Amino acid sequence: MSIIYFLIGCSILLALMFLCAFFWAQRHGQHEDLYTPSVRILLDDQPDVNSQNSDEDQFLSQ
Amino acid sequence: MGVHTLTQVDCYHCGNECNETHYELDDKSFCCLGCKGVYQVLSQSGLCNYYTYNDHPGANRASVDKRFEFLDEPSIIGDLIDYADDRIVIATLYIPYMHCSSCIWLLEQLNRINPAIYYSRVDFLKKQLNVRFNKSDISLRQVVELLYDIGYEPLISLQDVVKKQITGKKDNLVKKIALAGFCFGNVMLMSFPEYLGLSGQEQTFRQFFGWLNILFSLPVVFYSGTEYFTSAWNNLRNRILNIDFPLALGIAVLFVRTLAEILTHTGSGFADTLCGLVFFLLVGKFVQRKTYYHISFERDYRSFFPVAVQVLEENQEEKRERPVPLSELKVGQRIRIRHNEIIPADAILLQGDALIDFSFVTGEAIPVSRIAGEIIYAGGRQTGGALELEVIKPVSQSYLTQLWNNEAFTRLPDNRMQTFSEKVSRYFSVALLVVALGALLFWLPTDVSRAVSAFTAVLIVACPCALALSTPFTMSAALSVFDRNFFYLKNTAVVEQLARINMLVLDKTGTITTGADTTVSLHGELTDLEKNMVYSLCGNSSHPLSRQICRMLGEHTLLLVNNYREIAGKGISATVKGHTIQIGSASFAAQPSIKLKTATEVHVVIDEVYRGTFVFKQSFRNGLKQIFSLKPQYQFCLLSGDQDYERDVLCNFFEDDNCMHFQQSPQDKLDFIKALQLKGGKVMMIGDGLNDAGALKQSDLGVAITDDVNNFSPGSDAILDGQSLSKLPEFFKFSKDSVRIIHISFLISLTYNCIGLSYAITGHLSPLIAAILMPLSTATIISFTSIATHIAAKNRRLL
Repeated sequence: MSIIYFLIGCSILLALMFLCAFFWAQRHGQHEDLYTPSVRILLDDQPDVNSQNSDEDQFLSQ
Repeated sequence: MGVHTLTQVDCYHCGNECNETHYELDDKSFCCLGCKGVYQVLSQSGLCNYYTYNDHPGANRASVDKRFEFLDEPSIIGDLIDYADDRIVIATLYIPYMHCSSCIWLLEQLNRINPAIYYSRVDFLKKQLNVRFNKSDISLRQVVELLYDIGYEPLISLQDVVKKQITGKKDNLVKKIALAGFCFGNVMLMSFPEYLGLSGQEQTFRQFFGWLNILFSLPVVFYSGTEYFTSAWNNLRNRILNIDFPLALGIAVLFVRTLAEILTHTGSGFADTLCGLVFFLLVGKFVQRKTYYHISFERDYRSFFPVAVQVLEENQEEKRERPVPLSELKVGQRIRIRHNEIIPADAILLQGDALIDFSFVTGEAIPVSRIAGEIIYAGGRQTGGALELEVIKPVSQSYLTQLWNNEAFTRLPDNRMQTFSEKVSRYFSVALLVVALGALLFWLPTDVSRAVSAFTAVLIVACPCALALSTPFTMSAALSVFDRNFFYLKNTAVVEQLARINMLVLDKTGTITTGADTTVSLHGELTDLEKNMVYSLCGNSSHPLSRQICRMLGEHTLLLVNNYREIAGKGISATVKGHTIQIGSASFAAQPSIKLKTATEVHVVIDEVYRGTFVFKQSFRNGLKQIFSLKPQYQFCLLSGDQDYERDVLCNFFEDDNCMHFQQSPQDKLDFIKALQLKGGKVMMIGDGLNDAGALKQSDLGVAITDDVNNFSPGSDAILDGQSLSKLPEFFKFSKDSVRIIHISFLISLTYNCIGLSYAITGHLSPLIAAILMPLSTATIISFTSIATHIAAKNRRLL
């Protein structure tokens, strides 16, 4: 049963790592704006207009 | 006869209705050149996706003009930007218009319009834009102008400049919660074996788990929980017993007893109760602190003032304008104020037709005209052409600044009603100590160890965790309900104040009347020719009332006007097409048939015959009727800085004349509120503008009403969007519901305490019971309060 000492040590170490990750995120301002990223992810990177233009470019070059 | 088909065309950019003069481009209609211009900029940069995320996402651009010369002054820029080196500049700009996902998209695509901007990130809730750009390719002024061109004018105010210099105290609450939560989780895990029972051969683990528990509770007590000790200590020194005292006592007792039990091998201690307690308390604190930071309650007159003024400098016969930061404005300097700009310091008018809107300072809605040589006080907004003024007082000593900095306007923090939990916690602390000491004294003669354990157990079990949580959770739920209804409260304590109000004091201009809208109506019949004559005559006058008459009469041709005479403060007269025509006040028109009553009537006399009257009426806000349905329970008063022209109309709302007070100075308003409070009134003041600022601060609950929540909000406790005024009765009822919910949740938490006490007094409190009771009571309270507030809000139709 002495293995428990080792296992508990591991689990605490793991938990500490998560805690440190949280503190790191906190210090880098990841919890400052909780709204904008949720909208940002819904916005397309490549707008339609550009893709249309590139289609036209291809058409012209053919 | 032509048939007009009336199909409404909406502007593609801003969504406003397009009038007869509308502009078209790419088969799209625009209401004004400004909107069309923004569309052009966007389509040239291939940014028309802007319009796909929302319909009509843009701001109307009909009547704004850009003036950002001051952003060329290095001394001003220095305060505005966050960071700058040889290459890069980083700046954070506040953009009030940001309102939808289209805005986020466009503002983060700035680099496609100008590649010199290589980073732009939006914080939507704070309405801030963080831009980083290459200094050599683009200046801050150009960035701001670019933003202006696409319809997002940043608000750069003096307050932002000043605020930068005050660094806010950094709060570690989230860190403390994270640490407490981490320890709480681990300690629970370590305590499980103990609760489930350890067999004989596993006894060595007991010590091991005990030591780990002590290790985990150390940071919880000495880092996360410290503020409870300091707060309790500070309050004790000031002879105040607040809820922090029993909490601190509970934490201390839990820790000491845990330490003692584990070290002496007599038990497993209460480490998980301890960590859980601190964790839940901090979460409650976090919830309580949740504020709506998209609205600033701390704005003062400085956010209203421009950052810089145009100073006229004369050297060698050449006049030159130079933007100067407001703080460097000196007495004797000549300044130029253009249309819609604010006069920043008391000054003498040198040149130009001043037509100044003082509604912000005095509440008087109709602009005042001033002639050269007169003194103009700071805070007025020029509504005519450009003016030239000479500064006679530094900004810091001007009327407006003095008004704001008036000592009477600064409220002491203890000038507030006590919240329910503050009141209760005093008795609670005393009762707790009495019970604990009673248990100690009862067992002391028979069994010393049992006495000590009963004493500590009482302090542990009765620790008012649930009590401390019920208020923040109820109130923050209530706050978010109000928020949805466009009523923004400064903090949770305001809900309780709202519930206690019994007197309502209203400001007139801008509060129960809407900002600039006055309706002009014509009493009497005028022929078309006569209307044309009136129009021509008024067209020659720059008086605000004349302008409103012209606007009301609509398009007419201007006739030739002879013998034009304008008598200041009285009226105008002239001959048009051989008819003499007089327009003005009753005394000016000199007709005995006219009742001499109000000044906001303009009489028309043609060829010595009275023809009619133009009546100017400010339009009242919607929802006044609903407000006055509160009448039996609430007392109403009106305080206006305005003349009493509309006393008769207002009599319909306010019962007797004693409740209406006109021509009140800001100090008068404050004194009036004070007098009401001395009579035992719990006063809620609803107002806008600086002239109400003193009254707002003095009142028990100051509400700033506004049509644009990003506007100035002078020292108020709450900001109410004009469109939600009609919901005020529901707000009152709902705040009362919320307080009732708190009362009930206090009862629930007391019940739990009593159950716990029955175990504790006997001295046989097992850690398991404490570990079950504590989270159970917390969970009950949190779920009860949030469900009950939700139901209450539904009942009041606020959800």
